[in-house]
Amino acid sequence: MRLRGWMIALLVLLGRRRRPRHDEPEERIVAAGPPSPRAELAVAALLVLAALAAALFVVLYAIEASTQALGGALAGALGLVAAALIVAGKHLVVEEELPAAYPEPHPEDQAAVGRIVGESGSRITRKRLLGAAAGTAGCALGAALVTPALSLGPVFDPSSLYRAPWRRGRRLVDTAGEPLLADGIATETFYTAFPEGASRDELGAPLVLVRVDPSELRLPPGREDWAPEGILAFSKICTHAGCAVSLYRTPKFEPVQPRPALVCPCHYSAFEPVTGGQVIFGPAGRPLPQLPLMIGAGRELVAAGRYSGAVGPSWSGVRKPPPERR
Amino acid sequence: MRALLAAVLLLLVVAPPAAADPPPIVRPANAGGLSPRELGAQLFAGNCARCHGSNGEGMAGMGPPLQDAGALAADFYLRTGYMPLGEPQEQPERSRVRFREPEVRALVDYVATLGDGPPVPDVDPEAGSVSQGLEQFTEHCAGCHQVVAEGGVVTSVRVPPLDRATPVQIAEAVRTGPYVMPKFSESDISDEELASIIAYVRYAKAPDDAGGWGIGHLGPFPEGMVTWLIAAVLLVAVCVVIGKRVSRP
Repeated sequence: MRLRGWMIALLVLLGRRRRPRHDEPEERIVAAGPPSPRAELAVAALLVLAALAAALFVVLYAIEASTQALGGALAGALGLVAAALIVAGKHLVVEEELPAAYPEPHPEDQAAVGRIVGESGSRITRKRLLGAAAGTAGCALGAALVTPALSLGPVFDPSSLYRAPWRRGRRLVDTAGEPLLADGIATETFYTAFPEGASRDELGAPLVLVRVDPSELRLPPGREDWAPEGILAFSKICTHAGCAVSLYRTPKFEPVQPRPALVCPCHYSAFEPVTGGQVIFGPAGRPLPQLPLMIGAGRELVAAGRYSGAVGPSWSGVRKPPPERR
Repeated sequence: MRALLAAVLLLLVVAPPAAADPPPIVRPANAGGLSPRELGAQLFAGNCARCHGSNGEGMAGMGPPLQDAGALAADFYLRTGYMPLGEPQEQPERSRVRFREPEVRALVDYVATLGDGPPVPDVDPEAGSVSQGLEQFTEHCAGCHQVVAEGGVVTSVRVPPLDRATPVQIAEAVRTGPYVMPKFSESDISDEELASIIAYVRYAKAPDDAGGWGIGHLGPFPEGMVTWLIAAVLLVAVCVVIGKRVSRP
């Protein structure tokens, strides 16, 4: 009911005609220029084209076209708006040249500036057409710029952000699909592992594996048995921007060299393995999620549970308690 | 030009601390009359034992033990000029080799006798394939050394460029992992893959510049700067065109 009232008010507002003013005819500051209907049409056409290009952006975004196509559509829309402004500036606004030096500003002159702006539009005959075209272009561009916000993710149901293929009992395999054995994991180097029999494309699938001296482990409470024989497994996806953590800083002689760390090559977030992936440098805001491990009967490495936290780049709700796990 | 650009960028990113001058080499007085084994032992005692211990057992807070370093690591650190180091906390960097050739050989042989370390690897750079090497280099090395081996900076560490690394030194670095580099065993990088990596690093010393302009081979930052210089000139030109008044009769 209330909505309908607002709609009617809006229509009335849009539909009302300007009452002709009966002001005293003042002497013009800016001489009236000749009308230029062709330039007006050109401006309107450019603005409509800009609106179409912006709408095309929304459509391309919806059908997940290539980023080049998206960029082209947006650049086209902005370029057409710029062209419309240039044409309007050159052919629709009255211009004059000031022979004297620019005068000192005075308060009374400021009122005149308002009149100058108003009177500079004297060449415009179809104000409503131009206004409508500009409004259309503005709305379409606004819609185009807001559309990518949809990709910020499932705002109401974040459960998919916690999805990972790791379950207790799932074996770790290398890039060739061979099971990884505990005895094949050496210190001072690192390995990439995937879940056996699950998709490797999921964000939670890839792991980075390192081995440290078990006496050096300082894992958080509750993770005492997560690193059998000093073998640690972390999500390979950085918690900052989602790059692959693909650098391992391993000092030859720790007392005089930087501490060991898993480092992300994008923004150099550094995560310390022995403390369970705590951030020791860089922009990452939370530790690398750790996966508990166990060693099977055939010495193969097996997941012993789920990650210690959400995998992948952080989002607004990442510090809230995760939804009930199935 | 390339080196200059690299130097300026490196200065911008990290002001390298002034390296302490390594102490002068202590040479035995009667070097001519010593057997290689005795020469190695005396050079070790005079130049290495201060940090690595008199029998290469290492010293807390000074230098790591060398018992399992072997000829491989000794050959690498001495022939790159990484050792001797002025201060234990310094990052070793490529510099002038401070021992003479017979001295290097004697020291390498001496360090090999300290324990059970690996020998200097046997490398055949012609055996590798450049394309396989690019694949392996991208997977294992480019994260720090940059894809055409120009080096760079990773958290608190300067990553060396590989333009002066010899094939044997590349193999040694891969197997020993100097400073904070991880080490790669033969199960991680096979000898065949290593030969390909070496072939690729040799190619990367003078790569084909597909765009015609190498811009220091330093990746997206200088390329972006050049692009912006061009884009900025274009933008200014457009501003001038927009700002010009239409002259009317």
